[in-house]
Amino acid sequence: MSTSKSQAESFKALVNWLREAIREPEQFNLSYAAESSAFVRFNHAKVRQAGQVQQASVGFKLINDGRHADLDITLAGDPEVDVQRLAEGLQQLRETLPLLPQDPYLLLNHNGWQSKNVQEHPLPDTEHVVAEITQAAEGLDLVGFYAAGPISRGFASSSGAFGWHQANSFNFDFSLFHDNGQAVKASYAGHDWSSEGFAKRFALAREQLAFLGRPLRTLAPGQYRAYLAPAALEEIMGMLGWGGFSAQSIASKTSPLQKLYAGDSAFSPQVSIDEKVSGSLSPAFSGEGYPRSDLGLIVEGRAGAQMVSSRSAAEYGLSANGAGGGEMPSALNMAAGTLPEAEILKQLDTGLYISNLWYLNYSDQPGARMTGMTRFATFWVENGEIQAPVSTMRFDDSAYSLLGSQLEALTEERELLLSASTYSQRATASALLPGALISKLTLTL
Amino acid sequence: MFDFHPQLKQRFAALRTGAEFFSLRYVRESGQYLSVRKNVAEPPSLSRDEGAMLTVRVNGVEAYAATNDLSQQGLQSALDRAEQQARRLKPHALLDLREQAVSSDRADYFSPNLDQPFPSLSDCYQLLGAESASVPKDERLVNWQVSIGITNVEQIYLNSAGAELRQAQRFVYPGLDVTAYDGSDSQTRSLGRENFGQQGGADVISRCGLMGAGPQVADQALQLLLAPNTPQGPRDLLLMPDQMMLQIHESIGHPLELDRILGDERNYAGTSFVKAEDFGHLQYGSKLLNVTFDPDIPEQLASYSHDDDGTAASKQFLIKEGLLLRPLGGALSQFRAGMNGVANSRACGWNRPPIDRMANLNIEPGDQPLEQLIGNIEHGIMMSTNRSWSIDDARNKFQFGCEWAQLIENGELKGVVKNPNYRAISAQFWKSLSAVGDADTVKVLGTPNCGKGEPNQVIRVGHASPACVFSNVDVFGGDA
Repeated sequence: MSTSKSQAESFKALVNWLREAIREPEQFNLSYAAESSAFVRFNHAKVRQAGQVQQASVGFKLINDGRHADLDITLAGDPEVDVQRLAEGLQQLRETLPLLPQDPYLLLNHNGWQSKNVQEHPLPDTEHVVAEITQAAEGLDLVGFYAAGPISRGFASSSGAFGWHQANSFNFDFSLFHDNGQAVKASYAGHDWSSEGFAKRFALAREQLAFLGRPLRTLAPGQYRAYLAPAALEEIMGMLGWGGFSAQSIASKTSPLQKLYAGDSAFSPQVSIDEKVSGSLSPAFSGEGYPRSDLGLIVEGRAGAQMVSSRSAAEYGLSANGAGGGEMPSALNMAAGTLPEAEILKQLDTGLYISNLWYLNYSDQPGARMTGMTRFATFWVENGEIQAPVSTMRFDDSAYSLLGSQLEALTEERELLLSASTYSQRATASALLPGALISKLTLTL
Repeated sequence: MFDFHPQLKQRFAALRTGAEFFSLRYVRESGQYLSVRKNVAEPPSLSRDEGAMLTVRVNGVEAYAATNDLSQQGLQSALDRAEQQARRLKPHALLDLREQAVSSDRADYFSPNLDQPFPSLSDCYQLLGAESASVPKDERLVNWQVSIGITNVEQIYLNSAGAELRQAQRFVYPGLDVTAYDGSDSQTRSLGRENFGQQGGADVISRCGLMGAGPQVADQALQLLLAPNTPQGPRDLLLMPDQMMLQIHESIGHPLELDRILGDERNYAGTSFVKAEDFGHLQYGSKLLNVTFDPDIPEQLASYSHDDDGTAASKQFLIKEGLLLRPLGGALSQFRAGMNGVANSRACGWNRPPIDRMANLNIEPGDQPLEQLIGNIEHGIMMSTNRSWSIDDARNKFQFGCEWAQLIENGELKGVVKNPNYRAISAQFWKSLSAVGDADTVKVLGTPNCGKGEPNQVIRVGHASPACVFSNVDVFGGDA
């Protein structure tokens, strides 16, 4: 039996047990998350640390008489043990609910929706991948991380909803370091490991490494023309996504985009951003039991939809649209522009080519003013030609400037960036983004 | 407590392997997060988690396998997977650990007041509800939330050299925040939350000062709405402990992590401006700077007897009178670098391997009361409670922001200013340390949210610090 099938069957068995165990008028939501992951960490082009992690858990919500509580339970993978744990969890939640007041913001989805998405591309043997990586990196200072394996997500409710999502994937996120400490960052990720595809990606990174050997240019604080590559723009979008589109954050005035949603500020009309679940790598349903919709979050520079969880829907009189509890986008899709990739340096003329940004945070959140660092392969460009790598610099600018008044162009080509995050579990988030040409970027330190 | 220990020992004893060394780290964790937002109780978020990590060493190569299956077969299968991986990846291994010593210690460690029951769920909700209701009615107060997070952790470490280490700990995180909005700007003031976590029981809630804090926190949020922006320019900077913890964390803690200096983190968390050869030579800060790794303050978040590799922990000076002495490196990093370190090899759970982490990283108190610190400042600013942090990957150029600030003129605290930020460079900043507060200004703080590592790990760290003064720092406000 395949991993997917056996996990789906195990989850169904738990759901069936729960359907029998609950007593009217109790209701439940049960979400499921599992992964079996190979993790290999590289330093100096050798394996620094290697391991394998097998984990599975359910998120169990019990509802009765307008009261509800959530319990995450790690599963053991043994059907008897797992039913036992679920039974103990049911008991704990039954004892908890009478202690709680009724929740005025409880909103359940009574729709018995069904969703299934299974992708079982065979993954390469880890030893084979490690051999390819170490061979390609021979003589280079490579540091990076390979994560691979199946990921499963499930959802079921007492109303008959059932969702199943399973995908095999790998993500090799790596950097190549020059002797002078400068580095280029790259990743090779997806479902099908292709030796040819990897070699091509690696060669591209190796080519960029050559530029990093030139003498380092130190810039003075000031304002510069700049090109932000898609990976750099992803850092800005990631910051804005942290509460920016959240219905609760917008209503409670903690969203960095509150001026946008209030209609007091706008981005450039070139900026259109969707949460595009369809065709993305993330599940088509949320952990709280709503099918996720495609949403136009920013439409030609103006505020569009918000990310609305069921709780926010009940509290603010909105329609739930499948956002999770944190109301963050996980399948961002930014509209392409008109600047061809081949024209980037020419259009930039003189300024900074920034491959990556790092460690962003807010200088003034209500104004969406953010600061952060350049990191990896940042170049000084003169008359459309790369001159030198640039020492690490700090920027401090409002998003309304970077993506508004100072945004000259977005690139025609976009890059699909798959999240390499592995906090608690391997992420399924992705972003499809263009690069951005900015007429003024403020460097402060 | 430790009710799984006899069974686990039995199963560990029955494991079979060709490895020259192996260990098992079992972790059971239960959590409870309760909150009341705008006088409405949110549903409790509860958790139960358990699993084990098996680590093997075969011909000097280590590998791990973490499993949620704690049966004899499940543990054996994980051990086999780890052993197979160690054998297969040997040709590509960076390290040869054949000569690295292993622990055979046996000890138990308990959080303070662990035998005291924590207030019941009902009592907690009552407490949170009362505090939420104490926030005054004012249409500008648009959001507020009061919360308590509790995590109980039992860990058992066993290895083939006979080590047997048990830890039972309870971590408590009280928190309150209030947001005020005037139709254009919004300002949030908080207490606790990510800035305050300790080991213990109900005593932690008392020490945090949560009860009765609602009106004052709300009033400060409203004051911030009315306050002018922080003026731009150089000033002497008085940082209170709830900002010092972030300052220590980002610009002393991370740069001193030995695995960063050895290059492991260059692809993710970053590197360090500190080099291995700097230890014993580099004047990191002024003579007033004394920094310790201290696992012995019972209530501090990362106090323990042994780290997750089984190394006994003891207090060590990392920086003494400004001179850099010792890195934050556990047994493995010490072996690799041939340097002394501390017992800070830590994992965030059963499914992640130990790496060099901060634990309790503290600044030792000086001799000046707060009044004297303020009184000696001619043109300065006092900042407290971190709200924004950004630093480069070598942990050098930083910009940090706080919730609250008051100007200091001619030795006196003056008006409140909003959006206080400051920026500097670590390698120079600590040399500008001009005064250190006495023991009365020290607060024992900590955060559950330090991220690092591949695979990623978020872990709890403790920072105790007095209030400190830095000369001539570049400060500025908001106003986008």
